[in-house]
Amino acid sequence: MTATAQGSDKADVPVFHFAEGEPEHHPGDSTMLGFWLYLMSDCLVFAVLFATYGVLGRNYAAGPSGADLFDLKLVAVNTAMLLFSSITYGFAMLAMDKGRQAAVQGWLVVTALFGLAFLGIELYEFAHLIHEGATPMRSAFLSSFFTLVGTHGLHVTFGLIWLAVLMTQVSKHGLIAANRRRLMCLSMFWHFLDVVWIGVFTFVYLMGVLK
Amino acid sequence: MTSYPDWWKLVFGRFTLEAIPYHEPILIATFAAVLLGGLALVALISRFKLWGYLWHEWFTSVDHKKIGIMYMILGVIMLLRGFADALMMRGQQAIAFAGNEGYLPPHHYDQIFTAHGVIMIFFVAMPFVTGLMNYVVPLQIGARDVAFPFLNNFSFWMTVGGAVLVMASLFIGEFAKVGWLAYPPLSGVAYSPGVGMDYYLWALQIAGIGTTLSGVNLIATIVKMRAPGMDLMKMPIFTWTSLCTNVLIVATFPILAATLALLTLDRYVGTNFFTNDLGGNPMMYVNLIWIWGHPEVYILILPLFGVYSEVASTFCGKRLFGYASMVYATVVITILSYLVWLHHFFTMGSGASVNSFFGITTMIISIPTGAKIFNWLFTMYRGRIRFELPMMWLLAFMITFVIGGMTGVMLAVPPADFVLHNSLFLIAHFHNVIIGGVVFGVFAGIAYWFPKAFGFKLDPFWGHLSFWFWVVGFYVAFMPLYILGLMGVTRRLSRFEDPSLQIWFVIAAFGAVLIAFGILCFLIQIGVSILRREQLRDTTGDPWDGRTLEWSTSSPPPAYNFAFTPIAHDLDSWADMKKRGYQRPLTGYRPIHMPKNTGAGLIIAGLATICGFALIWYIWWLAALSFVAAIAAVIIHTFNYDRDFHIPADEVVRAEEARTQLLGRA
Repeated sequence: MTATAQGSDKADVPVFHFAEGEPEHHPGDSTMLGFWLYLMSDCLVFAVLFATYGVLGRNYAAGPSGADLFDLKLVAVNTAMLLFSSITYGFAMLAMDKGRQAAVQGWLVVTALFGLAFLGIELYEFAHLIHEGATPMRSAFLSSFFTLVGTHGLHVTFGLIWLAVLMTQVSKHGLIAANRRRLMCLSMFWHFLDVVWIGVFTFVYLMGVLK
Repeated sequence: MTSYPDWWKLVFGRFTLEAIPYHEPILIATFAAVLLGGLALVALISRFKLWGYLWHEWFTSVDHKKIGIMYMILGVIMLLRGFADALMMRGQQAIAFAGNEGYLPPHHYDQIFTAHGVIMIFFVAMPFVTGLMNYVVPLQIGARDVAFPFLNNFSFWMTVGGAVLVMASLFIGEFAKVGWLAYPPLSGVAYSPGVGMDYYLWALQIAGIGTTLSGVNLIATIVKMRAPGMDLMKMPIFTWTSLCTNVLIVATFPILAATLALLTLDRYVGTNFFTNDLGGNPMMYVNLIWIWGHPEVYILILPLFGVYSEVASTFCGKRLFGYASMVYATVVITILSYLVWLHHFFTMGSGASVNSFFGITTMIISIPTGAKIFNWLFTMYRGRIRFELPMMWLLAFMITFVIGGMTGVMLAVPPADFVLHNSLFLIAHFHNVIIGGVVFGVFAGIAYWFPKAFGFKLDPFWGHLSFWFWVVGFYVAFMPLYILGLMGVTRRLSRFEDPSLQIWFVIAAFGAVLIAFGILCFLIQIGVSILRREQLRDTTGDPWDGRTLEWSTSSPPPAYNFAFTPIAHDLDSWADMKKRGYQRPLTGYRPIHMPKNTGAGLIIAGLATICGFALIWYIWWLAALSFVAAIAAVIIHTFNYDRDFHIPADEVVRAEEARTQLLGRA
């Protein structure tokens, strides 16, 4: 960093501006911080939904409870799908660091498949519950259950759309700086959803069956 | 209703021709006025061929300065609407006594007080605050724009989208009749089946997304883009309060979004979050909404504390007294604002211990706030005070806000709150702090930074007139409400039985008229200043002998703000530079890297607003279509990698040489 004071003959005057060598602000310098902030704001949305579930989650209104409804084995499989998708996304990022575009795309496809499997199982579970009469309208417990789990599912859905868009962009422009940055953001988003799901699995399913 | 065929429902949802309020003369007159005014405006813009200019230079601009100015314009426009509601309420309450029904039927009156609150908080105070932060923060930290310029434009248009929906409810259908925070079960579908509540929900949801993103944006800007040398404890105090405000925004607006989404599900899907049956719990909503709502009042006031601090040090000609304590006080208020929400409903009955906890935390907030008042007083002490308009607003604020603060501490005592809850005493209290704090501060900020933004000062005569009307009008309008509140009169009543109360309402209505003159004088002040701009011209860029970096560049600043990024050595960087004989560089200009304008923000926000409108009226095909279109627009926008450009060096040279000539003239 070289900087010189201009237009002043006094020696003790400090440098007040960059005459040359000014650090240029690049678009995207703040993207990681900004995306973290966004994730934290999203985290608060989930915090509200968890709190609501915490308050209303035992209000069965003479309807079915979690112990009656949840199929833990199915949910365990589902959890595995999402956790695997996080690992494969990690492999995609490792490949990105090595600059291997084909490997990145390959791992992203695997990630998307795991994500789709997760969504499929979740939709199956929802359809099954609704078929049994355990609809979101039945009780406050079911309202908060469907909203918490469904909001997570919506996030995964948007993550998948984003993934598809990014794969197109990577194939179009390669692993340029902008695309690496976007892959990093989606990576954070994807792992964030994983962490939220661990909360859902523990707080909703495991503790729901315990009762 | 029954005569509408099925295809109508398919195409127009629940919209019917009866939804147009042609039987309400007040609304028809308003609509005619808005229509004529709008047509005249469109005609003028077309006549002078300004559409291209507006589109290229303003609507699609990613320049934080222009976006800031557009926020302020939105705030002024919505202030007129919100204040018209206030005048109507004051008029109704002043005459509706002892059998006189007044001129507003209850269902209309209820919409007016709801709209007044919603508009004043979300579409007046918030745009003003966001506008000031947008304009000033990048200049104060020596940056050329915000961290995410496109997002900034998008945030603005989302706020406009929310405002458009609220305004549309005036002429298409109705607005909510539930009070500004829409407590269920009244706001549930069982008791508010109409479109009014849905206007409320979607307007706030859309505007809230904009606000949250703008919060993310400004935090990233302040954290990442400060000029070299400006460490955290050398940041101008307004930037500090803006940082805390935006932390609060990011940490609370998602709560509002989630809470409103749950209520929306209750209304649209039939879930049971806040209903009275099947396990729902309305008090859950009240808790959640105030967990957002209390920090929200600090989101409104903190930036203005920053404005007052800047004004105090500038117009007293000395460094702010107790800068470090001011910063700590701001941070403490930020944290404490999360620990007081329950004081809004002590009467819920959570028990003595819980109420005591929240009562005590509430009272503790008055300590850092009191520290701030003393800091301003000590800044004035032995200062060379110039009684310019911003300084006048500061003085009016200090007196008024202390009164409002003390009545706030009274309300913080749970046993007293059981008596004063929901009374006009509460109404007087929060108008006391919001008008005395936020509104006065906004006017101080406008008077202070207007010359920076437009290159000429505001006319002082009309400014002083506006000031006195506002301040006197405030006291005349709200002191009677304190008295009425102590006598037990509750809020949101459209008619009264006891004629002995009437005189107080008449006085309050007279006060509201005085405030109306204050607003009128403010508008005249803007007009007169534009006409007299040559006499009021600021050629120096530093009309007030300012102390922070925004005064080191020209008025108005060039698109790139600073030809050379400044280096900060002192808290009052610009005062320090002036003291040490800084010479503005006249050579060595280089191309400057800047973001490109884009229309994507306006398009996406427009589609979101259409989607909101369709959801309000159950026009499902349009909702689905506009939602998909909005997502598609976002995706298409991400395929645009070409988002920045360099301002060529000779353009910078031209702008800077023009400034050199201007400075020579002064």
